Amino acid sequence: MVILFWKVRRLFMHEMSIAQNLIEIIKDEMIRHDAKALKSALLHVGQLTAIVPESLSFCFEVMTSGTEMEGAELIIEIIPLKAMCRECEKTFEVQDYAFECPYCGSSDIETVAGQDLSIVEMEVN
Amino acid sequence: MKISVIKNILEANDRIAQENRTIFDEKGLMVINLMSSPGAGKTCLLEKTVDALKDDLRIGVIEGDVQSSQDAERIAKSGIPVVQINTGGACHLDGNMIRDTFQEFNFDALDLLVVENVGNLVCPAEFKVGEDFKAMILSVTEGDDKPAKYPLMFHESKVLLINKIDLLPYVDCSIEKIREEALKINPHMIMFEISCKTGEGLEAWYAWLKQETKSRRSA
Ligand SMILES: Nc1nc2c(ncn2[C@@H]2O[C@H](COP(=O)(O)OP(=O)(O)OP(=O)(O)O)[C@@H](O)[C@H]2O)c(=O)[nH]1
Ligand SMILES: [Mg+2]
Ligand SMILES: [Zn+2]
Repeated sequence: MVILFWKVRRLFMHEMSIAQNLIEIIKDEMIRHDAKALKSALLHVGQLTAIVPESLSFCFEVMTSGTEMEGAELIIEIIPLKAMCRECEKTFEVQDYAFECPYCGSSDIETVAGQDLSIVEMEVN
Repeated sequence: MKISVIKNILEANDRIAQENRTIFDEKGLMVINLMSSPGAGKTCLLEKTVDALKDDLRIGVIEGDVQSSQDAERIAKSGIPVVQINTGGACHLDGNMIRDTFQEFNFDALDLLVVENVGNLVCPAEFKVGEDFKAMILSVTEGDDKPAKYPLMFHESKVLLINKIDLLPYVDCSIEKIREEALKINPHMIMFEISCKTGEGLEAWYAWLKQETKSRRSA
């Protein structure tokens, strides 16, 4: 079976606004640190976001061409979905988006990781 | 040189959404962010709801579409305040776009503001606009596999309206499966099975919405 992944333009719009926000933040930081060029940026993207990493990288690449960020690498780390049970207070990784405690069966649980969408570190010259 | 940053990428939007929220809170206004894929029945539901609750709640509507003002024109027929936002390509509304509509409304004369987001099951879930809660519609013609395919939206929504149940005899779609899968992702999700065409199930929704808005206003 062959699966062809088309990058639908409509989905791009989503990652485009996220790339736009990211670029603003990086720009501010570069000015603050008097940086000339961006080499890379490390992002944390939670499993429970609607971000397609390849689309985000693509948007970033297109939108930064001709700027001081051109050619920089986006390192995207996917953060697994983790939750804590308010009943038995255990922490666990959420499998298949099933928000139920695997220890006691309670559904009174709190997401503690995996909804991130943040920039963590950048490398500049 | 490495710089440690640690910033939420959507921080700018989150901040504006929070500012919007503060304004809504001051006015005691309940705000719902209504989302679904294109054509699931958002505007139909709003037309019905506005009509049924005209005497109980003062409702305002913000219509979000990529282009055209057809939805706002449909809502305007019922005589309530409505503003159309054309995103010009963006697949979702954001806090800024909502803030730009404020000058068009008199919030003191409203109990409930419903924001009909751009038809899309993915992107709108990521951008807050300052709402009290998100509500989503899934129509039975879209299939019962949608919760598993779009977990974020199901996780973020407080309410799920399963629409077009009048079409159940013609489609392979199990309401039970939708309920099960949605509750797996969001165990506290409140669900209504409705048909905007026949009116089936809408009374329960109206009663809930009325109650929710009233308790919000007295909070
Ligand atoms: N059979 C049936 N059709 C419905 C029902 N609800 C809505 N429709 C039809 O579905 C179509 C789309 O309805 P809309 O209310 O415009 O959907 P929408 O979600 O606002 O669409 P967009 O704003 O374009 O995303 C219209 O032709 C409606 O008549 C229903 O309960 N049953
Ligand atoms: Mg509509
Ligand atoms: Zn537990």
